[in-house]
Amino acid sequence: MHRLWKVIILLVILSPLGIIIPYLVKAGSAWGEWGPDEIKELVGYIPAGLERLSSLGKPLLPDYNLKGWEEKPITYQSIGYVISGLIGVGLVAGIAFLIGRILSRR
Amino acid sequence: MVFIFGGDIVHIPDGYLGPQTYGTMFGIMVPLWIKASRVLNKTLKMSQVPLIALGAAFSFVIMMFNVPIPGGTTGHAVGGVILSILIGPWATLLVITIVLVIQALIFGDGGLTALGANCFNMGFVLPFVGYYTYRLISGNSPINSKRRIIAAGIGGYVGLNIAALFAGIELGLQPIISHTDKGVPLYSPYPLSITVPAMLGEHLMLFGWVEAIVTMAAFAYLLRTNFIKEWEYA
Repeated sequence: MHRLWKVIILLVILSPLGIIIPYLVKAGSAWGEWGPDEIKELVGYIPAGLERLSSLGKPLLPDYNLKGWEEKPITYQSIGYVISGLIGVGLVAGIAFLIGRILSRR
Repeated sequence: MVFIFGGDIVHIPDGYLGPQTYGTMFGIMVPLWIKASRVLNKTLKMSQVPLIALGAAFSFVIMMFNVPIPGGTTGHAVGGVILSILIGPWATLLVITIVLVIQALIFGDGGLTALGANCFNMGFVLPFVGYYTYRLISGNSPINSKRRIIAAGIGGYVGLNIAALFAGIELGLQPIISHTDKGVPLYSPYPLSITVPAMLGEHLMLFGWVEAIVTMAAFAYLLRTNFIKEWEYA
């Protein structure tokens, strides 16, 4: 089991490949989010409901990066990505563990 | 083939689905979440809890590996089928729900209003379709047979594609359901005739294969290293 956690950590360390390779081959924004501006470029207008709802979330680490690092070079973004990965892995594993403990009785 | 979406739209963001749709999707998910809790309450052993945590960590990190279509969009594996083989599809539903909630809340990946839809597509459709495809193909073959590895890969491919199809349908319904008096769409503006081929196309061509390879590699690795002693759901 410990070995498997080491694999997870290794994957987190390698995860910046998930932004570097798309960057190198000029693929679109990697996280499936068009801002309203991009929508406007694509269809010529911003759908009213979309504009209203799109600013709903206030994520702590938007796009798996540190706040204020959006315009930094890809090296910085990679560091932000690894930090985000560690935080995310810790959070989901912790919550899953807690919920598992609550639900399991034997 | 037109790639209209600027990213993996299986994580539907806020604003793409109108209230009728996202409300309905939450309405569908609530009984599924309750059912999953009941199933785990009956079947989950204390000794399996670390595996649940590991599964959540794996799903989270594997989704960080965005695979690009050069000049186009990106997508990624979810790990829903390998998780189902390890911990069962109902536990997988809860695990992927936890992952999607954290992604939406902390990282802005996938919308808060769209959580019901995203949990349905990636947490329910993908694992259940993929897992039962795997079970059907693997039949009674021995646990470490080639047939099972291939069955797992096909499960991953089919599961992710059906999930993408659902996402395409949910998005494509928006201009029909929600528009102004003049017919201008309020949410996702593209019709079914665009969203379904776009979603299915990129997943059939690339992202489904990514899920298949991840599923087969993880399964083969776990079998070879013998870390998992009980394959209760395999």
